[in-house]
Amino acid sequence: MFSWDRWQEVFDTIRRNKLRTTLTCVSVAWGIFVLVFLLGLGNGLDNGMRKNFAKDATNGVWMWANKTSVPFGGYDIARRIRFENRDYDRAKQVGGIDRISGRFSAGSNRSGTIVRRNDKASSFELNACHPDALYLESHDIVQGRFISVADLTQRRKSVVLGRVPKEYLFEEGEDPIGQWIVINGVPFQVVGIYTDPAGSDQERRLYVPVSTAQLAFNGEDKLNMLQFTVGEAGPEEAKAIIDTVVGQLAERHNFDPADKQAVRVHNNIEGFARFQKLFWMIAVFVTVIGLGTLAAGVVGVSNIMMIAVKERTKEIGVRKALGATPSSIIFMIIQEAVFLTALAGLLGLAAGVGMLELASMANSDFLSNPSVDVGTGIKAALFLVGAGALAGYFPARAAARVNPIHALRDQ
Amino acid sequence: MLRLSKVNKYYKVGTHSLHVLRDIEVEVADGEFVAIMGQSGSGKSTMLNILGILDEYDSGEYWLGDTLIRDLSERRSAHYRNRFIGFVFQSFNLLPFKTALENVALPLYYQGVSRRKRNVIAMEYLERVGIRDWAEHVPAEMSGGQKQRVAIARSLIGKPRLILADEPTGALDSETSKQIMELMAEINASGITVLVVTHDPEVAARTQRVIRLRDGKVVTDGDLASISNPRMPVVSEPKAEA
Repeated sequence: MFSWDRWQEVFDTIRRNKLRTTLTCVSVAWGIFVLVFLLGLGNGLDNGMRKNFAKDATNGVWMWANKTSVPFGGYDIARRIRFENRDYDRAKQVGGIDRISGRFSAGSNRSGTIVRRNDKASSFELNACHPDALYLESHDIVQGRFISVADLTQRRKSVVLGRVPKEYLFEEGEDPIGQWIVINGVPFQVVGIYTDPAGSDQERRLYVPVSTAQLAFNGEDKLNMLQFTVGEAGPEEAKAIIDTVVGQLAERHNFDPADKQAVRVHNNIEGFARFQKLFWMIAVFVTVIGLGTLAAGVVGVSNIMMIAVKERTKEIGVRKALGATPSSIIFMIIQEAVFLTALAGLLGLAAGVGMLELASMANSDFLSNPSVDVGTGIKAALFLVGAGALAGYFPARAAARVNPIHALRDQ
Repeated sequence: MLRLSKVNKYYKVGTHSLHVLRDIEVEVADGEFVAIMGQSGSGKSTMLNILGILDEYDSGEYWLGDTLIRDLSERRSAHYRNRFIGFVFQSFNLLPFKTALENVALPLYYQGVSRRKRNVIAMEYLERVGIRDWAEHVPAEMSGGQKQRVAIARSLIGKPRLILADEPTGALDSETSKQIMELMAEINASGITVLVVTHDPEVAARTQRVIRLRDGKVVTDGDLASISNPRMPVVSEPKAEA
């Protein structure tokens, strides 16, 4: 099978039958191209989805204190609800919650916090939070540390900067850690810098300990928001946990637990599960189409090889008369089929990967890094050799059955 | 060299079978130059196919040297064809995409001889049939006579003991035919047994012995004199079967 001489015989036949070779190659190359391109596109969509969700924990729940919309316990509607530190402490005890943080928004509006250093000043979003906020927001600490429990208990004036305010406030190459900046007139010391995989929109914030902010910005023990993650809980369990927390809040703040407006809840869990299902379906769809196209290509090769064998009846007859054994004929045909499918497949693979490179230049929210991994490439290559052998098998068997007498008489 | 003993061959045609060879008794000694003659359908080509192990027979015995050729596997038949028999055909049967040299070398490929070595040997044989200069040409670029010379070189390269030629001059003009038959005679003179199937009395006249078949039976078997015997007139026959 691996004799060089036999390969030369195969190359010889291939080289001297260019049209047949081209036709064979085109169908397989096209099949592989479509398969690779679709798989890569599927991966790109999947990556795009994950990136969209990556800005926050995929199992996160957010609760904002809002105004009531249902009369309850003698109270009229439109009563403003405000969370307190005690709500945070109680929610923290609820089973199934693994990370939790409260948030206090200092100042009158969320984007109205003036941050100043030396002669530079600008407005950024200030988040006063608990240490778990790091996980809830899916940030990456690139320098220093995040808000710690010690910051919280000692009400330290520590601040963690996003990449954007850091680059605004500090010169290139300047070490921000330990430096002081002024937030709404109160000096804070920089303890860490974070980045976020979802990009600069998520990197514009400043984080300070919630306890410090409540003290410094006249917040008493108020919180505007609670956010927490529910570990591995599915949509059902997540809903039970949310109901428990909302129930506690309703009890304490005297509102109807069914009032959707008193506490506004947002969670990623259902959305993520729905998207996962959708993308799984897309992946299946794409794979089926790709494999179907490839199968058509393989059948095409088999067909062309079958015609080739018919066309080569006389040649095969001559070879047999000259002493070719059936196995040598079978190997000759299969080897040719395997070689052609593998070669064409690699061309298709290269074209598919190239096309994906082009597609990745299209900057879209839905598509991120469309590509196929090396493992898939290797699998595809092995699959092609198998497909080639299969495509060659039936024609080869037909060839081995050629009766030299009829073949030689065939004018 | 070879012996056919009570060989019978039937072809199935629809529901009934056609008896194409009837109790053929032929013995050919080493080094003979034999013509097999007969009309279309007389069984001469079938006989040649059986001798060439390209076809099987239904009863009797075929001995090639000391070997009984019967119920051989495809692999064994291929081996015997490759090692003991050289074929020359009316339509040459050269592979159109291979050069003269590669065509001649092909039997050695199936013997497992290395490319370089078989090309050297093939060149010697092309020289021997007088078309060394055409080694790198493909068949389409050659005349009928040249093609047949390539085919003859190919039949010889495996050093066979027997050459079977099926109408080797059937597609050639009379002058070229004469040259090809001279070449066949030379080959025979080198000690190889040659059997030629032919319609052409002139071709048969170049051989030493003529076996005539009619309706699947041997009707005459003898030296040149027997075909020129006035009591057995040579019936004029069509030139080619095709």
